[in-house]
Amino acid sequence: MVPVLVFAAVSLVTLGGAIAVVTNKNVLHSAYYLVLAFVGIAAVYVLLEAPFIAVIQVLIYIGAIAILIIFAIMLTRRLMSKDMEQRNNQWIWSALGALALFGVLGWLVYNANWPVIEAAVPKEPITLMGEELLSTYVVPFEIASVLLLAALVGSILIGRERDQESRSAE
Amino acid sequence: MADLINLIENWIENLLLGWGASQELTLFILQALGSVLVVLICFAIVIALIWVERKLAGRIQDRFGPNRAGPFGIFQSFADIIKIFTKEYITPEGAEKGFYNVAPVLAIASVLAIWAVFPFAVNVLGADIHVGVLYIVAVGSFGILAILMAGWSSNNRYSLLGASRSVAMLISYEIPMVVSMLVPVLLAHSMKLSDIISAQDPWWNLIMAPLAALVFLISSMAEIGKAPFDLLEAESELVAGYHTEYSGMKFGMFYVAEFLHQYTVGALITIFFLGGWSGPMAVQWPILGFIYFHIKTFVVYLVISWIRLSLPRIRIDEMLNLNWKFLIPVSFINLVAVAIADRVMLEFEVAQWIYVGIMFGLNMFILLVSLFLAGKASPVVERETFPANRPVAVPPGAESK
Repeated sequence: MVPVLVFAAVSLVTLGGAIAVVTNKNVLHSAYYLVLAFVGIAAVYVLLEAPFIAVIQVLIYIGAIAILIIFAIMLTRRLMSKDMEQRNNQWIWSALGALALFGVLGWLVYNANWPVIEAAVPKEPITLMGEELLSTYVVPFEIASVLLLAALVGSILIGRERDQESRSAE
Repeated sequence: MADLINLIENWIENLLLGWGASQELTLFILQALGSVLVVLICFAIVIALIWVERKLAGRIQDRFGPNRAGPFGIFQSFADIIKIFTKEYITPEGAEKGFYNVAPVLAIASVLAIWAVFPFAVNVLGADIHVGVLYIVAVGSFGILAILMAGWSSNNRYSLLGASRSVAMLISYEIPMVVSMLVPVLLAHSMKLSDIISAQDPWWNLIMAPLAALVFLISSMAEIGKAPFDLLEAESELVAGYHTEYSGMKFGMFYVAEFLHQYTVGALITIFFLGGWSGPMAVQWPILGFIYFHIKTFVVYLVISWIRLSLPRIRIDEMLNLNWKFLIPVSFINLVAVAIADRVMLEFEVAQWIYVGIMFGLNMFILLVSLFLAGKASPVVERETFPANRPVAVPPGAESK
């Protein structure tokens, strides 16, 4: 009974936050409600007894992405001060697309045959995961690192180029 | 007596079970009591810390510090608490009411949440999750959110400037902090805080990883946002930074959060580099472990205070240069070197004292080489000198001499 109530409360917070993100007129408020939705999702992971993913969720989505979004909004004065219109004339198509995606995902979740492994959850799942990442899945792991490095270098390059352009324009 | 905390816990547990409470309810009540107790102890410590800090600041700056209320002014903090509770709450016009009021709560919560995972003694553990280190890093990011919230919702340019400065600093100093946190994790082969402490028996990580400890100290001092990294509240430039517009207890919460954060950093350094609760007789007498933990934390706290009271504020470009051009490369090189050395020495199964010695030597080597390179790379500023008979203002009439 108690876990169900907790799950209901967490889902309400998550969904409420998510709805507030898309309906709010102030972009910064939306960003903070996004944080709330992320916290809710992390709580769902905790309820599923996956603390590692929960902590990673907080670390990456709140600690990095949300703060970056908020920082970007704060640096963009026009976005920050005015109440922006949330919709433009394409809202109906995106709503349809989102609904279709929701339908497909819901159908999948409802009809999928979820495999259940009888064995108990291992005592040290992180250790196992680390070993797997560096032995069985070492190639995808390295490819992901190279991709991230390329993105890093690319972002620095974009930043530099703009700097040179503005200098030559002067 | 040896195990006071668990004695009390067992007594309450038996009492509740005797009253007919279910096992689950008893566990819930005990956990709730534990969390409340940790929070209360934190606040009680802060009251003492504020007095110590002010007294220490006074002595270092050749003043007396608080000396009126009670012997040595020890009741000064209580007088301040009563004053701050009676102050008026002023909300600036045009402020975002909701965010403005939530920000101080979030600031203090983000610091208190870190205490949830601390092991205080051999059998007095918080939530001993196996992602403890990651949890500490993750929860810390809520503090940045609180600062951004406070700075933006105050509707004040100074607040906003302070907030954006602080975020630029906190985000960049998080990198060397987390990387140097990984070194103890690597040495203990675990992210569980209790494993990290037990891995430091008998050699503390301060001996095995002095460089990581140094980088962690510097970068976490920046995370606290106090001098020499207090650009976010530089009085002469920004009034008081992100909490300019706060008054009364709302300001008090930011203030308490700041002090508690400094003490928390002390606790983190204690756990990662100074062996946590370990000490003579700490296993047989868990209450001693609790005391050792707080003594070590307090010593680190005093060291941080001492540094921040001795150094002037650094400029923003110096702050960013120190981080991106020195701390981050050094901490990454250190991490890789420690990882390789650890792996190689485990492969050869060397004796423990050789292991510790090589780790210490490696750390010192990296530190000296990087300091040498940094010294060579940094521009040499010629100090302007005047000739011995430089012109000075002389009273009229004395010129003829």
